[in-house]
Amino acid sequence: MVKVNLSVNGKQIEKEVPDNTLLASFLRDNLNLTGTHIGCDTSQCGACVVHVDGKSIKSCTMLAADAEGSEVTTIEGLEKDGKLHPVQESFKKHHGLQCGYCTPGMVMSSIDLLKTYKNPTDEEIRKGLEGNICRCTGYHNIVAAVKGAIGKV
Amino acid sequence: MAASMIGSKVERKEDKKFLTGKGRYTADITLHNQSYAVFIRSPHARAKIKGIDTSKAKKASGVIDVLTGKELQEDKIGGLIAGWKIVSKDGTDMKCPAHPALASDTVNYVGDHVALVIAETLQQAKDAADLVKVDYKVLKAVASTADAMSSETIHEGIDKNLCFDWELGDKAKTDEAFSNADRVIEMNLVNNRLVPNAMEPRASIGDYNSSSEELTLYTTSQNPHLSRLVISAFNALHPEHKFRVIAPDVGGGFGSKIYPYSEDVVVAWAAKRLKRPVKWVCERTESFLSDCHGRDHITKCSLAVKNDGTVTGLKVDTIANLGGYASLFATVTPTYLYGPLVLGLYNIPAAYCNVKAVFTNTAPVDAYRGAGRPEATYMIERLMDRAAKEMGIDRAEFRKKNFIKQFPHQQCLVHNIDSGDYDAHFDKALKLADYANFNKRKAESASKGKLRGIGFSTYIEACGIAPSAAVMSLGAGVGLWESAEIRFNPTGNISVFTGTHSHGQSHDTTFAQIVSDKLGVPFENIDLVHGDTDKGPFGMGTYGSRSLAVGGTAIAKACDKIVEKGKAVASKMLEANVDEIEFKDGEFIVPNTNKKKTIGEIAFACYLPGTYGEIKSPLPDGMEPGLKETAFYDPVNFSFPAGSHICEVEVDPTTGETKVDTYTCVDDFGNLINPMIVEGQIHGGLAQGIGQALYENAYYDETGQLVTASYMDYCMPRADNFPEFRIDYTCTPATSNPLGVKGCGEAGAIASPPAVMNAVVDAIGTEVTMPATAEKVWKALKEKTSSAKKAA
Repeated sequence: MVKVNLSVNGKQIEKEVPDNTLLASFLRDNLNLTGTHIGCDTSQCGACVVHVDGKSIKSCTMLAADAEGSEVTTIEGLEKDGKLHPVQESFKKHHGLQCGYCTPGMVMSSIDLLKTYKNPTDEEIRKGLEGNICRCTGYHNIVAAVKGAIGKV
Repeated sequence: MAASMIGSKVERKEDKKFLTGKGRYTADITLHNQSYAVFIRSPHARAKIKGIDTSKAKKASGVIDVLTGKELQEDKIGGLIAGWKIVSKDGTDMKCPAHPALASDTVNYVGDHVALVIAETLQQAKDAADLVKVDYKVLKAVASTADAMSSETIHEGIDKNLCFDWELGDKAKTDEAFSNADRVIEMNLVNNRLVPNAMEPRASIGDYNSSSEELTLYTTSQNPHLSRLVISAFNALHPEHKFRVIAPDVGGGFGSKIYPYSEDVVVAWAAKRLKRPVKWVCERTESFLSDCHGRDHITKCSLAVKNDGTVTGLKVDTIANLGGYASLFATVTPTYLYGPLVLGLYNIPAAYCNVKAVFTNTAPVDAYRGAGRPEATYMIERLMDRAAKEMGIDRAEFRKKNFIKQFPHQQCLVHNIDSGDYDAHFDKALKLADYANFNKRKAESASKGKLRGIGFSTYIEACGIAPSAAVMSLGAGVGLWESAEIRFNPTGNISVFTGTHSHGQSHDTTFAQIVSDKLGVPFENIDLVHGDTDKGPFGMGTYGSRSLAVGGTAIAKACDKIVEKGKAVASKMLEANVDEIEFKDGEFIVPNTNKKKTIGEIAFACYLPGTYGEIKSPLPDGMEPGLKETAFYDPVNFSFPAGSHICEVEVDPTTGETKVDTYTCVDDFGNLINPMIVEGQIHGGLAQGIGQALYENAYYDETGQLVTASYMDYCMPRADNFPEFRIDYTCTPATSNPLGVKGCGEAGAIASPPAVMNAVVDAIGTEVTMPATAEKVWKALKEKTSSAKKAA
């Protein structure tokens, strides 16, 4: 067992978990933050993307213990005072989601993408989202949603 | 009331919960005292089970029980069923093997279910699973679709591994058309096997209350009512009235979650047996192995053509792979969802289609987005393209010459198409795709050393599944009507219950638009309830682009009943004759007077009939209080969406890589309720179809091992694989339902594979099979060059 101290969505957390606990499982099973989804077992799908110290990361590629002392933000932590984050708002406006399963990871990746590229081209958006698989939208409206949020992140 | 909600791009009601991580999928649910289950699956494609030793596993830390087929048989749990009976051309019924939920004698594909380990934690269940010893006698596997009939028999008593040998059409008349033809164009095609890959892996949680004897199954289903019926009636697990199936938020289905799986039956049974909740969540590799796959056809087809380009006959000979067992809708997919559609949009007077469905030692194949219709469209559109090229006719002109021009049109096989205008969407697509200047773009590509090709695809679907009497006469084990209930609450807002299920299709929004439009109640005051057999009436679920055409119509009909009752109540309250009352924009009025009541006032009156101070709401004599109406709608015909798609690709001959440069589609879905949602459905379908054409392939080696069993090996399309799609519509409203809608969920996946492949073949000038990967295209180009050299 290992003791983990970290901040999740602005809240300080201390938990003791098995050494091999992945950050994704830690968030889902120990903190009941089930917005972080698990869609594969090979770190390909991106449904579990969260932010660790402001950078997007597939939370299935990281041990909870490795997040010691970090600030983690999950999809549940984006809404502020009942107001959606601009990227969440843009996904809604542009119909960038259907079944919603890839959505949390897609939104978290998109936010990081918009921080990295202040004014990305379509190609940069499409390349930037290569690590996130969506089976519903054909990505068309996800790209539109990211474009719609340029300058708002 | 503002302008009509119908046809309006309303933002979705569903979005907020999904965008904030508040969706509640099956894997997100944790029940008190829950245990965790892991399936032991066969590592062999075909083997005899000589023995299963669970003793060590049962003693492992945290293990509650290990269940096998033996216990399943002791509890008399029935096997899985094939729900649609197909009759072979010799008049005999199809032959299907027993399909136990846990195999006890033989296993028939890698991933087949052998045992269930249940423990206090998931890790303990996984650790104990390694201790279960299964003694297999490995048998030679049959993995090839093409060779299945000449291989050894997999299931005792099913000769040649043949489930059925089915035919459709007039063979003699078709033979005559071929003997009178000027040209006969032949083609051999492979429709590659796909894995549906909804992003949410399947999951099941069983929960049994031993005092009330109520069994609840939470499951990732497109069709909870049917799951309850089948598991209750055929698996004989639990009486229907004490069995509740809940399909909460479901993360995509695409057909692969229509039917109950072994896991649903076994997990619910285990919960009942152990009297505590049992949770199972599929991992992605398991999902590759055990979700039903799609497509997998080998087809030989030929077209009879006159010199002037008139098509006079079509012959289709298909081998369809069913996998190791016949899944619930597996037998209808390559027959009645395929055969009648082989004619495409064309007026072909004679056709004959033969389908041989075979068992192999691979995962079961069942409905996947389009189900039969993509295979039919791929066949006819590749063949039409080939014919035009061989005859030196412009491919667009050749299609137009053979389109059906008059409606209604009785096809020579099955369908009577009520409406359409095929020239309209084809011409619009040609314009939008700028076909006129294609050669200019081809030259530009050539100047950069690239090969450009253009591909057309037109398609027709039979959707709005389905008229019950018609499908039951063809072997369906259930009717395919749909139900709805409109429940006005006393305070004037509405709960709408539907038997369909939304797992990305946006029913919460679209159906609320219909109700808002019909009843004049604000959109935000209408909520949809679905996905729970304890709430709302029995329904038939979501697949086959049926939810709006059938389920939406049931909702509209229930609204009509509400208005009818409302008029009777209003007539009493307004002291007017009932036939004088008009209903418009949410108000019951007596024309040419100032007398009116809002529908909210009428609803209130229905729940508080009588006089109480200011409230004066007498109901007509003998009328029941309350305002709640149910409607069951059975469609009179299928609906027939159709459209024209045009794809342009650019191939790099040095690498073989194909880039979809532009993709244009013009579809006729009849009336649109929410164009934003329709566009989303098209986009998703296109991505899956283009994925089939260029990237995706489920590949079994000769021993029956699935080589492509993870996202490392199975190429899922990513954002940078696609261009921005160009979308437009034409509209001929469906006459088979009062909404005039046709269905849009499958169109993209149906139309796009031949559009892409016709473009690739046009670009490289030689044939290549799906998926046209860089490697295959590069090799095809090499081969073409070397055979050209040899010929020289």
